[in-house]
Formats: sequence, C-alpha cells, structure tokens
Amino acid sequence: MDYFKNDLSSIHAGLLNKDFSSKELTTETFKQIKATDAKIEAFLTLDEKQALAAAQKVDERGITDADKLAGIPVGIKDNIVTKGLKTTAASKILGNFEPIYNATVMDKLEAARMIDVGKLNLDEFAMGGSTENSAFKITKNAWDQTKVPGGSSGGPAAAVASGQLLVALGTDTGGSIRQPAAFNGIVGVKPTYGRVSRYGVIAFGSSLDQVGPMTRTVKDNALMLSAISGHDKHDFTSSEREVPDFTAKLNGDIKKMRIGLPKEFMDKGVNEDVRAAIQNAAKTFEKLGAVVEEVSLPYSKYGVPVYYIIASSEASSNLQRYDGIRYGFRADDVKNLEDVYVRSRSEGFGDEVKRRIMLGTFSLSAGTYDAYFKKAAQVRTLICQDFANVFANYDLILAPTTTSTAFGIGEEINDPVTMYMNDILTIPVNLAGLPGMSLPAGFSNGLPIGMQLIAPQFGEETMYRAGYAFEQATDFHKEVPTIGGEN
Amino acid sequence: MAITADEVKHVAKLAKLEFTDDELQMFAGQMDDIIKMVQQLGEVDTTGVPVTSTVAEAKNVMREDVAVKGTDRDQLMYNVPQKDKGFVKVPAIIDESEEG
Repeated sequence: MDYFKNDLSSIHAGLLNKDFSSKELTTETFKQIKATDAKIEAFLTLDEKQALAAAQKVDERGITDADKLAGIPVGIKDNIVTKGLKTTAASKILGNFEPIYNATVMDKLEAARMIDVGKLNLDEFAMGGSTENSAFKITKNAWDQTKVPGGSSGGPAAAVASGQLLVALGTDTGGSIRQPAAFNGIVGVKPTYGRVSRYGVIAFGSSLDQVGPMTRTVKDNALMLSAISGHDKHDFTSSEREVPDFTAKLNGDIKKMRIGLPKEFMDKGVNEDVRAAIQNAAKTFEKLGAVVEEVSLPYSKYGVPVYYIIASSEASSNLQRYDGIRYGFRADDVKNLEDVYVRSRSEGFGDEVKRRIMLGTFSLSAGTYDAYFKKAAQVRTLICQDFANVFANYDLILAPTTTSTAFGIGEEINDPVTMYMNDILTIPVNLAGLPGMSLPAGFSNGLPIGMQLIAPQFGEETMYRAGYAFEQATDFHKEVPTIGGEN
Repeated sequence: MAITADEVKHVAKLAKLEFTDDELQMFAGQMDDIIKMVQQLGEVDTTGVPVTSTVAEAKNVMREDVAVKGTDRDQLMYNVPQKDKGFVKVPAIIDESEEG
C-alpha cells in the first residue's frame, strides 16, 4: 500500500469496496515499516500480533461508510499510555512500564476501530525539539537522515512523512507537534487547550499539554481530530463544548477571511527562505480572497522565558512521582529509602529532564518564587491579551512555524538555550491555549518549510478551512521524500 | 553568575537528584545560561497584572457520594518493581549500616 498516493478517504473506500482487507493493509504496513525503519528509527515498540488480531476483527465484523477510520493503521507517540503495551516516554525510568489502563484518546481510537501498530519515539518526557533526548534512539528526518526530525514528536512526524503510516498521534506542550511537522513537511495540529482529554497522557506541563493528529493532508487531520476530541470526566480541564465535524467546512472558500501576519514573527531572527515562503503564502491567501494585514504581538518575544519557567515548574512537580517505589526503574544496591529516591531519579532521568526539573524546582523555591514563577505567570497574561487584541479584528493568524528548516543531528544538543529558542514561534500558542496548525509551505535546500495558522480558542474549524484552501491551491504537500536513495 | 555551584547543589537536593563533580560543573554552567535567559522578564512592567495559571474553561465538578468499585489490587501492584505478599518492598528507612 503506497501511503504517498492515498489518504484516509481513499483507504476507507478501498476497505469498503473490499479491494483489500484491514488485515492485508496492516500486514503491508508492517512490511513497509520494517523496510524503512532501519534508516528512520521512528518506532520504539511494534505491536504486530495485537494489530493483526485487531485488523482481523474489523474484517470479520465488517465496516460501513460511517466507519471512516475503521481498519486503518495508526501510530502513537510513546508518552500516551496504552493498556498492556509498553509505554516509556523514551525514558529509562519508564523503560519497563506496562500501563494497566488506556489513555482516553486510545479508547476513542479503539471505538473508531483504528489499528494501533505501535509506539513512536520522542524526546524523553516530551522535553526537547530534536528527539535526540530519547534514552533509546535518535529518529532521523524523513527528507535527510543527517538532520533531526524535530521534536518532541519526532517519531510520529518521521513515520508519517516517510510513508510508514498515514496518521499518528503526537503531543504538543510548546510546539512538539507543529515543529516536527514543519521539519518533515506534514500537517500537525495542536488543538485548543481542553479540546482533547489529557487523561493517560504522561504529564509534562499540565496547563499546556495537548494531544493532536499528525497527517499528510489537512482533511485527514480534521477527520482524526473529530475522532479524538470531546469532554472526558477523567480530565476536568477537557471542554464540555460540542465537537463539530471538522471536515464539514472544507470547501475551499475563504473569501473575506481576515488574516493577521505578526511582524514579530517575521523579523531577522527568521531564516530568509522561511520568510519568503510565508510571504508567498500570504499572497496565495490574498488570491483566494482573504485579507492579509500586518499585526503586532509585542509580548510574544517573552514567550520562551515564560514557557521555560512555567513548563519546567509544572514538570518538576509532575515528575516527583518517579521515585522508584510503585512503578518504573529502581536503582540497585541502595542503602535506605532516601537513596531509592535519589539514585533511581539520578540514574533514571536523562540530562535534559534533569535540567528542567532543576529549573522548575529553582523557580518554585522560597526566595525565587515571586521573581520567577509569579513573574512568568503575569507575563503569560500579557501574551494572552496580545492574541485577544488581534483576534478582536482578525479570524486567523499566519506565521512561520519555525525560524529555520531542520538542523543537523548533534548540532545544538549541547547548547540548551539555542535549542530552547527554536520554539519561539510555537510557544505563545500553548501559553494562550489556542489551536495551531503547521502545514507545508515550501522548501529550502530540499528541506520542508512549515507555515503556522493560529485561531482563537475553539476556532479549529476556521483554521482547517483556511489550511484546506491553501493546500488545494498549492502543491507543497504533494512532494514526497526519498528514503536513503530509494522509494 | 546568576547561580553558583552551591546553589545548584541545594536545588538538586530539593529535587532529589545527585550529581558527580563533573556533572555539577556542566549543570551549573547551563543553569546559569538558562537563568540569565529567563531573567529578561525583569524588564517587563507587570504592576497590577494578574497571573494566568490555567487557560481552561474548567469549573468545579460535583458528583453524588456513591461508592464505586475501584481498581483491582493485583492490577494496581502490576508495575511495582519489588513486592512481597501484596506489599511494596522498600529498604529500611533508617540506614542501618550507619545507625547500628
């Protein structure tokens, strides 16, 4: 099955017409994954036996036209817990963790009868922007295997971009879906905070984390988000708002839509080719009948420091639970209980996770709380107000997703501050809880450029409508990578 | 210096982490860079600005006080690294080699 020549709708049609069975499709998918994953290294765990059994069940029960996702393989970022299937968060501290329950999004995919083929690599606990912080392997960019796939959802992005899968689920705390989507030339959506349940998603920054779909087309993404959204009694921050069918308004009509282009996101810090691609995108939107005007988000430049204080503080609290007692890694040869905690954590966590725990602990400790945590939470308010001011007059914001295309493996890993600055264009969206999408908008030296669309809270329909219209008017999403000289 | 090696050591103790001398040196240097980066927030006037701790529409949720069946104990114990007769096994809380 050539995923480069198909989308969810054509695969669904094939299953419905019995051109192929779900079991055949799943078998073929594993064959493709095994053929390319030596080069891409997207997967941490494959679940072939379970997947084939699930596919057979779909075939036996049959599908109707309403079962848009039934029988279709999907991959899951390994910080989303899967019952009975090892879930590591790419950390040694959870290296042998086998959850006894499913994340709500997994229950939803099971209800839609999708076939979970396995777990995908990430930066440890989703902390990082290159997937180099995984305790187990370094995933490669689908377009150039000497480049990082981005992160932290580098595994899902590379798997979808390299044609191993049509769709995968990622998570996004500061850009972890959108940045790797941009680096791999695919579509990645971070939904509004509260749109999707976080129950069973290994907590990092609880006021920022969201699960979202990573796909090759806008419509596939909208289909997936419709399937995983909705209120969940297990997550009191999940919204009770009704979930629209996100595919309903994909008609290509964006006439008179008002789009703001923030000048702060187009300054000299952004690579020239990336800026040119976004300016071209603005022209495309104008040709489609939208109005594009320059706007300002003056406090967005403080997004990175605000984020690293808030996300790290929340992480330092969330990661207290890894103590070597009830689950996960426990250090050997310990003398006493204190030793269990300190040694299990020191041996179980990688360097980036330790840095964040340290920064968070520092920001929250007596004597620094007001100057760091409280200050950051106040500037967060100003960043939210910036967006509110723009959305009083505009339907959507257009911006680059990243300041550059994918960087080289090993290039930035020893310089945390440079690495953190990569997220400067995605972080403000998480701080304000807004939906954001990255989609293909060009190439620079053979590497994809991502464009970001940002909507007001719960404005995903507008975002998808504009993304779809842009995709229909351009050919960037039709380009496919050549993996290791073959395809 | 925004943070000294001694302060890093103190924060590590609060976070229940330990570092070798080499690691301590690396982390102190990187923490110093990171803290200098976040200190630029000092230039923002936040007088009278409220904090944002959540962007959720969350509200308090009430339910009837009715007992429901919990998770099976063996299930809950499934991932415990060391266990014995249904209990979690841990080393002595007091270090016997030192305390005698």
